[in-house]
Amino acid sequence: MSQGIYLDNNATTRVDPEVLQEMLPLFTEHFGNASSMHGFGAAVGGKIEWARCQVQALLGAAHDSEIVFTSGGTESDNTAILSALEAYPKKREIVTSVVEHPGVLALCEYLEKKRGCKVHRIPVDKRGNLDIEAYRAALSDQVAIVSIMWANNETGTIFPVEELARMAKEVGALFHTDAVQSVGKIPVKLADSAIDMLSLSGHKLHAPKGIGALYVKRGLRYRPMLRGGHQERSRRAGTENAPGIVGLGAAAQLALVHMGDENTRVKALRDKLERAILAAVPSCFVTGNPDNRLPNTCNIAFEYIEGEAILLLLNEAGIAASSGSACTSGSLEPSHVMRAMGVPYTAAHGATRFSLSRETTEEEIDRVIAVVPGIIAKLRSLSPYWQQEAGKPKEFAPVYS
Amino acid sequence: MWNYTDKVKEHFFNPKNSGVLDSANAVGEVGSITCGDALRLMLKVDPDTQIILDAKFQTFGCGSAIASSSALTEMIIGKTVDEALTLTNRDIAEYLGGLPPEKMHCSVMGAEALRAAIANYKGEAWEDDHEEGELVCKCFGIDAAMIERAVSVNGLTTLEEVTHYTKAGGSCQTCHEKIEEVLEEVLAKTGALKPAKKHAPGTVGLDAIKPLEPKAESAAAPKLTNVQRMQVIMGAIEEMRPQIQRDGGDVELVDIDGKDIYVRLTGACSGCSQSAGTMMGVQMKLVEALGEFVRVKPASLMPAHAG
Repeated sequence: MSQGIYLDNNATTRVDPEVLQEMLPLFTEHFGNASSMHGFGAAVGGKIEWARCQVQALLGAAHDSEIVFTSGGTESDNTAILSALEAYPKKREIVTSVVEHPGVLALCEYLEKKRGCKVHRIPVDKRGNLDIEAYRAALSDQVAIVSIMWANNETGTIFPVEELARMAKEVGALFHTDAVQSVGKIPVKLADSAIDMLSLSGHKLHAPKGIGALYVKRGLRYRPMLRGGHQERSRRAGTENAPGIVGLGAAAQLALVHMGDENTRVKALRDKLERAILAAVPSCFVTGNPDNRLPNTCNIAFEYIEGEAILLLLNEAGIAASSGSACTSGSLEPSHVMRAMGVPYTAAHGATRFSLSRETTEEEIDRVIAVVPGIIAKLRSLSPYWQQEAGKPKEFAPVYS
Repeated sequence: MWNYTDKVKEHFFNPKNSGVLDSANAVGEVGSITCGDALRLMLKVDPDTQIILDAKFQTFGCGSAIASSSALTEMIIGKTVDEALTLTNRDIAEYLGGLPPEKMHCSVMGAEALRAAIANYKGEAWEDDHEEGELVCKCFGIDAAMIERAVSVNGLTTLEEVTHYTKAGGSCQTCHEKIEEVLEEVLAKTGALKPAKKHAPGTVGLDAIKPLEPKAESAAAPKLTNVQRMQVIMGAIEEMRPQIQRDGGDVELVDIDGKDIYVRLTGACSGCSQSAGTMMGVQMKLVEALGEFVRVKPASLMPAHAG
């Protein structure tokens, strides 16, 4: 698939060659343990601290010491929530949204079932926008932490996290945001915000997998999830993943450089792809909020056909995308994000996400535009819900549903 | 990406017998739109011979669903109705060279569509007894519905019993937590077992471990005069000396300069690699005795004007 068209960048990105070049010496001559009291370690320690500054710059954080390196987004999410509950043991409530990543939702479910926490899951409207009034109503002085994503991974819909953080502050709750999808794609400036903690993941911004970071605002009451050595100022024990950290730093610096391109050229390509598909394919629509979303993401629900079948045919044509259908995950339900927005099952199962990156070219988009309508038509010709002749849905009443 | 066999891919990419069968005299429609699968199976049955002359399908579903439907039509064309009824979902899966455990329900849908179509042909009402739940044990393909049935019918109460009755959780064991969740839910619903006592938050597990209360501020001790302070320091050092002397060393007070207390280590302690540790021991003892922070330093670090 090396020659394929990769439009699944919200799942993971290719490591930028420049990032790889920065990392390689960490496997060879600079292999020391940063904690060691000799030159081999000191050289690595210096590179780690520089990477911290690079990530600080991308996040617009006030201090480099506010960056804690972790293994990725899920660890950062878990750490933020568990830290808040431990630091404020009298507060047992969590506020989150119904469309969060499983890294937040699954932990909240566990804490609710096994630890007696009360979890407020804020709904979204049909465009995926957070119900601000429900959010306001859920806030109280019993809330230890609010965890709301900056942008949704499936639809790209952006939440007003700075405003949500200010509201959380009014009741004394900590505010964490899972910014795994937004960091590197849209500008972030944490120094002036009320955001207390932020999760990011390296492999979503052309760094390797297995490295991420948690931003922890200076002065915040914090409790580590991993205890052991004194690494990361005792906030995250474990020998530093030095190559990964250096890679993340380099990727952060590149993301800043390419931020303009992401929000102009890449956005234009995304718009072109979307317009062309909507024009050529009947009975499909964009999910999420088209007016307020990540510049690289487009999620289209193709009615009356199923997402996994779409992906298999796309893959056969050399195109990689992703779907929120049940069949891609092995679960029985389509994407919780689609269901939360009230997308009907017949369309939710056909929701297909195309996510671009700075590596996406216009030729690739043109190829996808040429291929998609045929794939959709082929699958609809097999579907009992689709009356090909009329181009309209057909009555179909199975025995059980 | 699922690991599909070549046979599955062949039937998905080039499905056989898809579309509408206008001359059909038997139609079976089954599906679960919430799960993303629906199948309409159309048969043309010869009324004299009961042979299925033709079969076509329409499927809303994933690659496995389309492949299973296609395979099913291939398997039943030319068979009599009664022969077709002997087919099971496992036959469909085997015809395809196997399906991932998560996809076995697609073959079940095919087998049920066949039964629905034949019931339709015979003018009988067909009711599915198909129940489907979230797949819990991937090793043995056991879903939540099956576990629920086994628990409620047999009065099971433990994970081990569930494994004995259903095989679920008997292999890689990664599904044990999920099985226990299903078990708890069923027992809570049926009342077959008193639900585990609900513990108030903060009374069990890690939550029950309370952080240490900060020590109550003792009433401010009356401030010591310089003489009293010196006596306390000298007394504390005298208390420590026998222990240090037993190791062949000794310690003597040289000077007191505010928070800095200068001592000299002699005997075996002089030049000993553990002398820093001895110094720290003396410092801890003095901090405890005085109730204030002090630094114990070697006499060699005394400012030039002193002593």
